[in-house]
Amino acid sequence: MGKTLFDKVWDAHVVDTKENGPQVLYIDKHLIHEVTSPQAFNELEDRGIPVFRPKQIIATADHNTPTINQHLPIKDALSRNQLEQLSINCKKNNVTLYQLGHKYNGIVHVMAPELGFTQPGMTMVCGDSHTSTHGAFGTIAFGIGTSQVAQVFASQCLLLTKPKSLRVTVNGKLKNGVLPKDVILYIIAKLGTNSGTGYFCEYAGEVFDNMSMEGRMTICNMSIEMGARGGMIAPDQTTFDYVEGKEYAPKGDAFDKKVAYWRTLPTDVDAVFNKEYTFDAEDIEPMITYGTNPGMGIKISENIPHNKDASFVKSLEYMDFEAGESLINKEINYVFIGSCTNSRIEDFRVAAKYIKGKQKADNVTAWLVPGSKQVEKQIIEEGLKTVFDTAGFELRQPGCSACLAMNDDKIPQGEYCVSTSNRNFEGRQGQGSRTILASPLVAAATAIAGKIIDVTETIKTLEFA
Amino acid sequence: MEKFTIVTSSAIPLDIANVDTDQIIPARFLKATDKKGFGDNLFRDWRFNEDGLDNKYFTLNNKDYSGSILVAGHNFGCGSSREHAAWALVGYGFKVIVSSFFADIFKGNALNNGLLPVQVSKEYINHLIYEIKANPNVKLKIDLRAQQISISSSKRFENFNIDAYKKACMINGYDDIDYLLSKRIEIEAFENTLS
Ligand code: SF4
Repeated sequence: MGKTLFDKVWDAHVVDTKENGPQVLYIDKHLIHEVTSPQAFNELEDRGIPVFRPKQIIATADHNTPTINQHLPIKDALSRNQLEQLSINCKKNNVTLYQLGHKYNGIVHVMAPELGFTQPGMTMVCGDSHTSTHGAFGTIAFGIGTSQVAQVFASQCLLLTKPKSLRVTVNGKLKNGVLPKDVILYIIAKLGTNSGTGYFCEYAGEVFDNMSMEGRMTICNMSIEMGARGGMIAPDQTTFDYVEGKEYAPKGDAFDKKVAYWRTLPTDVDAVFNKEYTFDAEDIEPMITYGTNPGMGIKISENIPHNKDASFVKSLEYMDFEAGESLINKEINYVFIGSCTNSRIEDFRVAAKYIKGKQKADNVTAWLVPGSKQVEKQIIEEGLKTVFDTAGFELRQPGCSACLAMNDDKIPQGEYCVSTSNRNFEGRQGQGSRTILASPLVAAATAIAGKIIDVTETIKTLEFA
Repeated sequence: MEKFTIVTSSAIPLDIANVDTDQIIPARFLKATDKKGFGDNLFRDWRFNEDGLDNKYFTLNNKDYSGSILVAGHNFGCGSSREHAAWALVGYGFKVIVSSFFADIFKGNALNNGLLPVQVSKEYINHLIYEIKANPNVKLKIDLRAQQISISSSKRFENFNIDAYKKACMINGYDDIDYLLSKRIEIEAFENTLS
């Protein structure tokens, strides 16, 4: 029987198997940030254990950083302390840190791929659930808790039980205006938020074959929102072209040798998955969420469904929506384009394409937060910033920002925010805030109209891949 | 890590599905650099009203309920990987969480902090919640060696699964670092095979 992409990468990293127990899995790359690493560093120090392979770790500051005036000292004492701790810990342990203001700083899941730190066939972890993003490269990448961060520090390994395999296939051609974000919101709405628990998910089919690396990252990023530990897409020429020439990528012959190996990774035709789902690209339309988990999504033109379940009722109450109602024409005062799901250059290109020549509605506060310094630079170089400025949007500096509202970028109590991030949990974007997840196109259109509109109507003359 | 064998306690019901780790501990409380104090902010936005006073409708503020066992709804601990959620539950005094389904990362984090996730059937959860609401003083007993959960008010019990290795860790108070460090030779040998 053939092997899946996941099997091939996993099996190549097993150091040891405990009888009737978990396996020792070798971890190639470890990403860290300021929020989930300090306790792990403390733990090691308390036990007198050195960091085993510091060269396989890179660090960034992203969760807790301000998105304006990054050159000034951080005002909030606790946040400042966390960043200082990260610098001290990295220095002490010889870990490379791309700190606030560095030209490579950014959200961990945006900056690492940009640096070529993420490569096909690797195992990769980070104390952050959206580590699944890196699976876009055909990498086994998943989020871990702080105890596990300490374990990887100590041994470059983790004790794990091999997850089951799941494949989601989407064939056909996406309609104009249907973006990768819509594809993943559609999949999660269909399958539910715990359908993937215990599984690693591979995305296959024409839709993903034809997708850019940015789009694939958006897809894999949200695997965790259906409960899967991670998602993967087979590496192909698109992947190799993206990795080639990047800072950490192998060069010359070494690169060619790697590519030859990476070409062997895709799932064998006779491999069998524990679970399979298939969807048609033609059935997918721009999506939007109406509830407090990412599975509560509908096509933008649909009405909110009816459901008597207590958690469902509680969720609609929180959002102040009624079952059966349409979200079209809902007034929206906040729009956020950012987060590790949608803060790459493509996302801002899409937004700019829609926004160009239009004006932001007066009632809307619109924050555009690039995923990294490199994306920020590109936005300026490509002239997108001018488009945004002219239209009345605010381009801020890179970071997680309103995705989790740990810094000052908070959506006020009771306000709706159409957001390109990945979680619409209660209070995720600030206490009492109400999040509506959508693609960068839907977010941009909302900011222009000041309310939710059916974008499929307004983009007829524009071409969005 | 503390050793775990048997816990007998009254329990607190939390009859809500998909409780995510943002609810267990909101992001704005993640600025600490140690593991202390998170219990004070456990379920912060459900537990307290905007004015900072107790929300008397929330289960943790219901004087009838107490104990070191939380009986929760389906898919507990989904969302963010923050281990702070486990620290908050432990900090508050919980030793066991019972649910019909746990999110992967949360389950691992709980086990790494001596907090036992006990997964039972939906019917059994409904039974437990019904019994606890009828009489908040009923005692639940979780016997890790026997992998069994029971309730003092009825004869109904259920067995639960736990990975044999993790079970041994919980009973002996070991963690994975000890084990992984003992594998250094194998790990270095493995590294030598990488190109
Ligand atoms: S952008 Fe949001 S989801 Fe992504 S790493 Fe930051 S906080 Fe997490």
